[in-house]
Amino acid sequence: MTINVAMTVNGKAVSGKVEARTLLVQFLREHLGLTGTHVGCDTSQCGACVVHLDGKSIKSCTILAVQAEGGKVTTIEGLAESADKLHPMQEAFRENHALQCGFCTPGMVMSAIDMVKRNNYQLDEATVRRELEGNLCRCTGYHNIVKAILAAAPAMKAAGV
Amino acid sequence: MTAETGIGARVKRKEDQRFLTGTGRYVDDLPLARATYAYFLRSPHAHAKIKSIDTAAAKAMPGVVEIFTGADTAAAKMGGLICGWVVKDKHGQPHKAPPHPVMAADTVRYVGDPVAMVIANSAAEARDAAEAIKVDYDVKPANVDLSKALAKGTPEVHAEAPGNLIYDWEIGVKADVDAAFAKAAHVTKLDIVNNRLIPNAMEPRAAAAEYDKGTGNYTLWSTSQNPHVLRLILSAFVLGIPEHKLRVIAPDVGGGFGSKIFCYNEETMVTWAAAKVGRPIKWTAERAESFMTDAHGRDHITHAELALDKDNKFLAMKVETIANMGAYLSTFSTAVPTYLYATLLAGQYTTPLIYANVKAAVTHTAPVDAYRGAGRPEATFVVESLVSAAAKELKVDPAELRRKNFIPPEAFPYQTPVALQYDSGNYPPIIDEAMKIADYKGFESRRAEAKSRGKLRGIGFSSYIEACGLAPSQVIGQLGGGVGQWEAAQIKFNPTGNVQVLTGSHSHGQSHETTFAQIVSDKLGVPIENIEVVHGDTATTPFGMGTYGSRSLAVGGSAIMKAADKVIAKGKKIAAHLMEASVADVVFENGTFKVAGTDKAVPLGQAVFAAYVPHNYPLQELEPGMDENAFYDPANFVYPAGTQICEVEIDPDTGATEIVNFTAVDDFGNVINPMIVEGQVHGGITQGVGQALLECAVYDKDTGQLLSGSFNDYAMPRADDVPSFKTGYKVTPCPHNPLGVKGCGEAGAIAAPAAVMNAIHDAVAPIGVKHVPMPATPQTVWQAIHGGK
Repeated sequence: MTINVAMTVNGKAVSGKVEARTLLVQFLREHLGLTGTHVGCDTSQCGACVVHLDGKSIKSCTILAVQAEGGKVTTIEGLAESADKLHPMQEAFRENHALQCGFCTPGMVMSAIDMVKRNNYQLDEATVRRELEGNLCRCTGYHNIVKAILAAAPAMKAAGV
Repeated sequence: MTAETGIGARVKRKEDQRFLTGTGRYVDDLPLARATYAYFLRSPHAHAKIKSIDTAAAKAMPGVVEIFTGADTAAAKMGGLICGWVVKDKHGQPHKAPPHPVMAADTVRYVGDPVAMVIANSAAEARDAAEAIKVDYDVKPANVDLSKALAKGTPEVHAEAPGNLIYDWEIGVKADVDAAFAKAAHVTKLDIVNNRLIPNAMEPRAAAAEYDKGTGNYTLWSTSQNPHVLRLILSAFVLGIPEHKLRVIAPDVGGGFGSKIFCYNEETMVTWAAAKVGRPIKWTAERAESFMTDAHGRDHITHAELALDKDNKFLAMKVETIANMGAYLSTFSTAVPTYLYATLLAGQYTTPLIYANVKAAVTHTAPVDAYRGAGRPEATFVVESLVSAAAKELKVDPAELRRKNFIPPEAFPYQTPVALQYDSGNYPPIIDEAMKIADYKGFESRRAEAKSRGKLRGIGFSSYIEACGLAPSQVIGQLGGGVGQWEAAQIKFNPTGNVQVLTGSHSHGQSHETTFAQIVSDKLGVPIENIEVVHGDTATTPFGMGTYGSRSLAVGGSAIMKAADKVIAKGKKIAAHLMEASVADVVFENGTFKVAGTDKAVPLGQAVFAAYVPHNYPLQELEPGMDENAFYDPANFVYPAGTQICEVEIDPDTGATEIVNFTAVDDFGNVINPMIVEGQVHGGITQGVGQALLECAVYDKDTGQLLSGSFNDYAMPRADDVPSFKTGYKVTPCPHNPLGVKGCGEAGAIAAPAAVMNAIHDAVAPIGVKHVPMPATPQTVWQAIHGGK
């Protein structure tokens, strides 16, 4: 059975015909070619697929595309204003060497942005570590990811994002 | 210019832009026109005969293009997967080498062994159809428990390996070691299980292949750490496609940790089948498949003893190990518990006599091969557990016992009793620095303070040695390795002066695109933004051995240095011609050729332009162009060393262990980019902490079902399982490579399990607990504390 689905992704209206069982991450990757959002597991634990739906972080492997009908989705591709002007969280990841192979990075960045906002731009190390429980990284040992998120929080506040 | 971007600078990574903006290109991201999708039906049994496979109903399912089974690969006379390292046993006989069919034909030997490949128009259709395949199995008893694998009566995995023994190997002279033990003032004995691990790179393995009917050329995109070696294996041993007709591309790869070195069933099938179906085929592992079928790591059972004299000097060590190979011998599996393990048992110490006996056993479990550290973490765990246990038994300070037995700095190069000759090192300042950073002096007061809160606090050392950058090729050949261990580089200038640096190694997180560019920028004075490092494509890069064993900088970086020397040598000739000077008078400084004592100067870019537009150029003596190749075969391994100090707090009521401090001081030789090196150390430590506290691959001992088969059941380290780490450096440059570098990729994982477990044993010692097994989960620790009560 195919179903029409329409939503806004990175500010653009998109639509497509999908099988009912199509996950949001499959719609993003396979129908829209937005392959920055990754799939690292099949049990909703690794967090490589995190995107924002209506401003909140979700695991896009855990909802169907049709459940995002009419929603506003932001993916890693939609974060930077331009190639020269990254989001403060992306910039902090680069400054602090918070990525190595890059595979978990999009999900990490999307989770981290929501984490900063959820905590009203006020974070400490223990909070960051606790709230990263839904994102796995095998390369960095988290040390520099934690540093990057702590650095990004005030930068996001200053930038008003 | 080079001060900010050259050797030693904390240059931000060139590769980050694409990864941060979602524009990296991993295998599963590739858009392939008319692609089909593969799904592998796998054995649900650890050991069974396949009586029949009925694919008729599945072939009629929607979207199905083709289904292949072991009968098809047998009919095609497809070669089996190979083990590329022949280890000779203690009688000089080569190891038992049972066949490893790409698709199981008549017998399945582990849960996950592939029995059918379904190719369909979509991944979902392929999966649906696989469910309709009927396989009739005759289930047999399985050999799962390593401790019983070599016992009489245990079911055999292969007729070619009687008693499940692949080899019985030894190093050292047992009689000499026994004689030393007879004279010992003290003997420390340990029984150790080095827990089995599942690598879990965040990107699951994936393969995509395309066949061009017009040219007969195959292209395979694979999540490989070593695309050239993969092509060589597929060409020469498995598929018979000549190397020049097979292009292997490893694009962005999301972590490897060893698990992506090997030649696997699925990439083989995808390549072969692409020609059969005449359309591209993509396959990406589901995480459950990664758990079941990526080569696992570690899995040793060891009895180890250390003999000391009355002055606490180490006299001798003996080690008996059973190593699990899994159901089939993976690509480099045989070398891991021998040449990468027993040869490291001297550690940082002067132990004059060492004997090790290693028996490799097959079991009905997934293949086991190199995983971050590969043999060296197992060796370090044995040595450092013995040393700390001896210190406890003798009631001496564990740092003092280490210091007393360290190889002194003046003894290098140092010949160990287990084959390796350490080229350089200076261990005492490392442990001093680590103790300073960790505030070792203040530990007892922290222990007392913790006790007042009802917590058990402990501190543990791990002083590791690592041999990495396997070399030289002739020695590897003598030891049974089937490949060379050199690396290749090409520095290709374009006429406008920018540079492509092509390497045979591969980056899947290691940051070669940055560090290799730093080397070239530093050496040739080219701005780093004008340098592009190219890797991962057999069609564009020189044949090289890939990335594993912390070899890329020490071997691949050295090849780049050699190529840069050739650029300078050629540039000198061009510049001499342009300046009408003698070549002998030309010097190269900061990117410019000069004639000493004059103001004549030719920037490298001008020499390069002259080489491509040779209007005023010594064409009689010199070829045009600036494109230099180099191959570098090292004289020896490199030997990074360091000391880690871990401090833990245990809650005796819950058994939960918290790492409260973690210090690592390493000697990696010269450091190209400290930011990147620290990142490698952090990640390695966390994998080591994972082994010590969290991770364990568990099979049901009767059925061989993988019980830890998902992130629900296999505890990966999360951010709140580890602290922020304190790191430091000491530098003794490697004396035999042009960069003076060692390797940093595995050190963290090699040393950390012993540091953590020694801290745990120190914490529980005051309440009389002697042994806590790995992983020290809360349950395990609680049982160790309360089990007897």
